[in-house]
Amino acid sequence: MSVLATIATETLELAQEANLTADDQKGIAGAAGAGMAYGLAAIGPGIGIGYLVGQAVQAMARQPEAAGAVRTNMFLGIAFTEALALIGFVVFILLKFA
Amino acid sequence: MIAVDFPSIQNLVEWKNIFGDGTFFAFNKIGLISVLALLIPVALFLFAKKDAVPRGLQNVTEGAVEFVENQVIMPTIGPDGMRFLPLLLSIFLFIFFGNIFEVIPTFNMPANARMANPLLLAILVWAVFIFVGVKNHGAKYFIEIIWPPSVPVGLRPLVGLIETLSVFILRPFGLAVRLFANMLAGHILLVTFGWLCVVLFVPNALAAILPFSFAMLVLLTGFEIFVSFLQAFVFALLTAVYIDSSLHPAH
Repeated sequence: MSVLATIATETLELAQEANLTADDQKGIAGAAGAGMAYGLAAIGPGIGIGYLVGQAVQAMARQPEAAGAVRTNMFLGIAFTEALALIGFVVFILLKFA
Repeated sequence: MIAVDFPSIQNLVEWKNIFGDGTFFAFNKIGLISVLALLIPVALFLFAKKDAVPRGLQNVTEGAVEFVENQVIMPTIGPDGMRFLPLLLSIFLFIFFGNIFEVIPTFNMPANARMANPLLLAILVWAVFIFVGVKNHGAKYFIEIIWPPSVPVGLRPLVGLIETLSVFILRPFGLAVRLFANMLAGHILLVTFGWLCVVLFVPNALAAILPFSFAMLVLLTGFEIFVSFLQAFVFALLTAVYIDSSLHPAH
């Protein structure tokens, strides 16, 4: 949190030294925050989906006759896990463009 | 330092009206793609013959029906979910054809990369699973969620609050945002690499990057075809799971 605050204040200080308008400063802070937001939002779901698919593949290899049920549940799990990353992406779009 | 002017997001997702500018009937590319996504499956099923031995087009339609039957309904709702086949098949095909226009030249835009279509479909699914729950369990359906009887009394307000939020608010929100954000992200990726292919077509050393961005564009086009299908599948699958949870509420 303090790292984010430091980045934001540093960016704003740089912007004030360069005589940028308020809109420019807002754009710069938005872009910096957007990149940070999406990067952070991608960490958890990345680990989660990796673990989930790894376990699903292991289950399918151990019990090939259950592959159909495992695959369906795997897609369900991916859909729920991925939602967090996608909300991060939406936040990115909102911070960057809105 | 090189700087590439990336087109603004408005240029990527907003389209001029084809006709009816400024009126209620304004019609743009998104509308056109949505209408096509509605008409193509209807035409497929109208023109496919209904022989005992499938040939040609009939293989496509029977494949679609069997896919929804075996991969979406049977693993989630089970045999008594077959009465939801028309709903789930329509949702699946509409989303799939809306998405696949992302990689069709001259269109290059998924209809579901705008919030309108995913939101409408999510509200439809929301209404359907609440209707199914009320029809099968009456007022008990809401009581089981808001004041779950299987939980110790002290925890009921907390669990009930979480359940109410997750069932009635987060479910439709998640459905809509999942489809929308996936398609928008795919569209922006394709635009990024397509745009790089154009601006790197210069007579200096930077052109060395062009083959890589072109290779990425080709790979991502294939990947986006897969994502179009996968998102339609996931949307139909989650719809089936939600309907199942209304038919047989938590124990």
